[in-house]
Amino acid sequence: MIPAAFDYVAPTTVDEAVRALAAGGEDAKVMAGGQSLIPVLRMRLAAPTLVVDVSGLTELSGVHDDGDSLRIGAMTTHYEVQRDPVVREHARLLCLATDTVADPQVRHRGTFGGSLAHADPAGDLLAPALALDAVMVCVGPSGTREIPAAEFFVDYFTTALAPDELLTHVKVPKLTGWGAHYEKFNRVAQAWSIVAVAAALRVSDGRIAEARVGLTNMGPTPVRARGVEEALVGQPATAEAITTAANRAAEGADPPSDGNADAEYRAHLARVLTERAVTAAVST
Amino acid sequence: MRITVSVDGVDYSDEVEPRTLLVHYLRERLGKTGTVVGCDTSNCGACTVHLDGHSVKSCAVLAVQANGREVTTVEGLARDGRLHPVQEAFHQNHALQCGFCTPGMIMQAIDLLADNPDPDEDQVRHGLEGNLCRCTGYQNIVNAVRDAARRMSPGAGPDAERVDEAALVDRTPMRTGGGE
Amino acid sequence: MTATAEPEIGKARRRKEDARLITGATRWTDNMQLTGMLHMALLRSPVAHGRITSIDVTGAVRMPGVLMVLTGQDVAAEQGSLPCVWPITEDMLAPPAPSLAVDRVNFAGEAVALVVARSAAEAHDALSAIDVDYEDLPVVLDMARAVEDGADLVHPDLGTNKSATWVLDSAEAGTGSDVDQAIADAEVLVERTFRQQRLIPAFMEPRSVVVDPSPDSVTMWSSTQVPHILRWMLSAVLGIPEQRIRVVAPDVGGGFGGKLQVTPEEVLTMLVARRIGKPVKWTETRTESMLSGHHGRDQLQRLTLAARRDGTVTGLKVDLLADMGAYLRLIAPGVPILGAFMFNGIYKFPAYRFTCTNVFTNKTPTDAYRGAGRPEATFGIERMMDELAAELGVDPLDLRRRNWIRHEEFPFDTVAGLTYDSGHYEAATDRATELFGYDALRAEQAERRANGDPVQLGIGISTYTEMCGWAPSRVLGALRYAAGGWETAAIRMLPTGKVELVTGTSPHGQGHETAWSQIVADRLGVPFEDVEVLHGDTRISHRGLDSYGSRSLAVGGTAVVLAADKVLAKARTVAAHLMEVGEDDVEFTNGAFSVRGTATTTTLGEVVTAANAAHNLPDGVEPGLDAEATFDPENLSFPHGTHLCAAEVDTQTGQVKIRSYVCVDDVGKVVNPVIVEGQVHGGLAQGIAQALYEEAVHDESGTLTTATLADYLVPSAVDLPHFTTDRTETPASTNPLGVKGVGEAGTIASTPAVVNAVVDAVRHMGVSDIEMPCTPMRVWKAIHRGTTSGVPTTPGAGGGLGSIDERGGAE
Repeated sequence: MIPAAFDYVAPTTVDEAVRALAAGGEDAKVMAGGQSLIPVLRMRLAAPTLVVDVSGLTELSGVHDDGDSLRIGAMTTHYEVQRDPVVREHARLLCLATDTVADPQVRHRGTFGGSLAHADPAGDLLAPALALDAVMVCVGPSGTREIPAAEFFVDYFTTALAPDELLTHVKVPKLTGWGAHYEKFNRVAQAWSIVAVAAALRVSDGRIAEARVGLTNMGPTPVRARGVEEALVGQPATAEAITTAANRAAEGADPPSDGNADAEYRAHLARVLTERAVTAAVST
Repeated sequence: MRITVSVDGVDYSDEVEPRTLLVHYLRERLGKTGTVVGCDTSNCGACTVHLDGHSVKSCAVLAVQANGREVTTVEGLARDGRLHPVQEAFHQNHALQCGFCTPGMIMQAIDLLADNPDPDEDQVRHGLEGNLCRCTGYQNIVNAVRDAARRMSPGAGPDAERVDEAALVDRTPMRTGGGE
Repeated sequence: MTATAEPEIGKARRRKEDARLITGATRWTDNMQLTGMLHMALLRSPVAHGRITSIDVTGAVRMPGVLMVLTGQDVAAEQGSLPCVWPITEDMLAPPAPSLAVDRVNFAGEAVALVVARSAAEAHDALSAIDVDYEDLPVVLDMARAVEDGADLVHPDLGTNKSATWVLDSAEAGTGSDVDQAIADAEVLVERTFRQQRLIPAFMEPRSVVVDPSPDSVTMWSSTQVPHILRWMLSAVLGIPEQRIRVVAPDVGGGFGGKLQVTPEEVLTMLVARRIGKPVKWTETRTESMLSGHHGRDQLQRLTLAARRDGTVTGLKVDLLADMGAYLRLIAPGVPILGAFMFNGIYKFPAYRFTCTNVFTNKTPTDAYRGAGRPEATFGIERMMDELAAELGVDPLDLRRRNWIRHEEFPFDTVAGLTYDSGHYEAATDRATELFGYDALRAEQAERRANGDPVQLGIGISTYTEMCGWAPSRVLGALRYAAGGWETAAIRMLPTGKVELVTGTSPHGQGHETAWSQIVADRLGVPFEDVEVLHGDTRISHRGLDSYGSRSLAVGGTAVVLAADKVLAKARTVAAHLMEVGEDDVEFTNGAFSVRGTATTTTLGEVVTAANAAHNLPDGVEPGLDAEATFDPENLSFPHGTHLCAAEVDTQTGQVKIRSYVCVDDVGKVVNPVIVEGQVHGGLAQGIAQALYEEAVHDESGTLTTATLADYLVPSAVDLPHFTTDRTETPASTNPLGVKGVGEAGTIASTPAVVNAVVDAVRHMGVSDIEMPCTPMRVWKAIHRGTTSGVPTTPGAGGGLGSIDERGGAE
């Protein structure tokens, strides 16, 4: 299938990109790696009049060490994130989740920022970003602003970005030495997560000192499993304590029902997968 | 808009609509029909080619995005009449039946071996997760990729298929900025 | 008459076909570019059942590049009705099947208008400018409800949703006793209802058609399995004289029955190309393929098995509802009927009755999909044997041994009226259990059960047989199939001694070019490389019945043998004449004729040269050595085997993982073991996919919700296990090669093996069935609710493009 016709610009600077978006108005669409957008265009589920291709903005590519946090350029590809030694050392959860995104070809093209801005709650990078308290750096006509992940994801495929704003970087606080695990559950390898659990933990003297748990595809936005986190902190890193805490995984979630899983089953999966994710994270 | 693309070592310069997918440009404009389209959603991987040495699904890349870049297709693998070791391994291991997925499968296998020259069975299966085959049940494909790994040690990769720079004329910068 | 020192037959030849397929030099239909070629796109109905109240094409006609826009009204007079060649009963109801809907649509995806434009993009652009108004009609989706009195009707003119009911009763046929009596007398009765979910063939190459018209002859290239049948049917449907139609199936990227069809798109491309006088191409999108290409399976099976306490089976009653979808496609009515001969499997049932009612619904039409009727039947009987074993508390393998046809009992006349010519179920089963480590796995299973392991182990068995070699013609005639079952081969002995073999089979991945070359090389003693196999073009291969139903080798391969033998017979006459001896003194070995007891020889090549020169031939002998043969077998062939699956079920999530899969198949003699193994692998993949992954799902309005490869879950390399395969070899007695056919065996056998394994893993938790596909949610719910029968709950497919909507994205 062939997309409906559109105009195309490939700005070389962020300023150019923002201006192009502003000029394009409501019918302009940002394209990063295009790995979600192009299939949508091919299926003619969307027909923007202007596509602003930001994948060539080299200033938005790469990972920078800012001391206490990492700054990941929005156009850094999944392939680059997977292999980045800084991310692996300080935000390993992101590497683990990125390993599960789609397939190798898509990971060559798809970008970290593109995935987040796409805001598909079944996407695998949202819950980790939320769990890690990532901060989205956005640029618009009126300048730069920072949006915490907890405020960035608004609804299905909807973020706090204004139509003329561009996600340029993501700040991720370093969690050096933390254990991490991304537990993904799906029916076939290529499919989106039915449910997945992102867990990062700091264990000190056999006790869980800090815990971060995020859930994929358990509602219109990624979900932070605060109840689990609360229940884990201060507990010994034992199977019993983890099981007890994991039972709170679906608290506050609003899981969807579809052909693969109804809400009840998703809630159950969230508990089982949380237990597995936390257990694995403890042992890393 | 006008694009200049190197495909299998030859430079092409063409006027294309922005909506033209790379795979349609390859097939219909350049006659590179070795690369095929199997789906609308970039699930099947039949259209896999290399863009600057990395595998991509050419149905999920616009032709304009290939401007100034190098594309390698299954048609550009054989050298001096000799098959690429992965092609040879697919033949020897009966890794294809109808052959429709084969070009994409071979291109992805080469990419996989570039990243991991000696993959185990599980790694091969995961490396091919973006390529569907309806005929073989994958077992002989997995065998072929591992056989190819043995054949091509120390490893295939972007360098192995990059064409001689001197042979390229009219090379454009890597990026040409936006607009038509 | 094997002629070479090292027999070609049985050799693990690498395929000739590969040379073009691995280099991208393949000739797919969509590769065709003809001067002045135009492109067709089809507008498809979004509603499953409705009256077309208006179609406005004025906007589309004005779109750039558009040359023609047609609606059903515009072609109503000439499009005819799509053919159905298998009227299974005298009173079968068959509604007219237009290629382009005229006033009503009967399934979502049915074509309602077409655009011809200069480019495919422009043709698709114009589709959105066509306005169609539909008046909704009640949508019929559920087969069981569709056959109730007072049900809404798909085709009100027919007065019913039942197309036909077909019965095979062993008491009436004289092949066995009365099944009702057997049920009344049964010491044990097992009654189950199984659902064969709807599947989509999902061949990798989307269908494509190119038509090049000219006033005196028209050529169609089509991605089809059946170029000969297609030519015949195009002539019948459109009234074009058959001799003026040439159909070419170039390289075809898989079919699995899905390209055994005469499609609306083929008819329409032909029609518009002739009307517009220019070449026209139509290539489908994947979504079109899934909406409009025929689907497979979709049966509701009510099964009753009668047995004695000692495990001896005494009767089997089969009641089927088979979903035809909205229309009867090419051979659709007969597909479930093929199962009539297979539900008894390898077992000695004394009494049997099979009843099948074909039902119309407002869904995509169904037709053949790999196995066609036999997977459904094999699933039914192999699941029932496991259920009986569970009921009796005996090992399911022991139960099968007690009931199967013993080796010494062949040939065996079955209760369904077939004669199984050969088989050795004991040998295949012994080999399979050995490779599988059956006893050790049973021990591990017991241990896991005892320990309450969250991951339970199940062992699934399928000891199947099937019927292959879709022939003989007289049998097909008795089943009211409109075509024959024979196959033709022609050998052209070229002056240089090289050979062209023309076959009526039409391969689309099976490797006929290689296997047929092996047969020719073997019979004629010529080098494998010297044989060129020609196929798929009705101007080259003028006679043939194409490739489906695992018929190509058993029937078409035998025709090759017969043609070669004719060549040799004539060559012997010529050789004797050249060597000036009597024919009886001439023997043929290694590609040369020699005079017995002397050093005098002449090669086949020399004989060919002489026969072509024709300077010195015996009286009455025509020049040349070409020969043609047509083979119509006496009987079908009956591959069999034993498949064993060990599945781990994560009882916490319901996820199933196949830990090991062993199959030992007996497909008779083997021409090329590499190709045979490949066919088995691919068959297993599709059968396992039915058990675990694939399902065509319609929502309550009749929309297919699995119309992309993101939603219809074709498994990848990660999702399938390693297969351990082996063979036993009991030659078929019904053809000179001793071959049986292998194209469908893996698919037929594997589905019940997997489901039996899944159920076996959790049977102790109160589960006796899980509906296919055995999704994690279904398995989990079965465990936690103690689910028994396969009543549909939630659709089992989906998951992908739900994540892509009009808001798009920028990943």
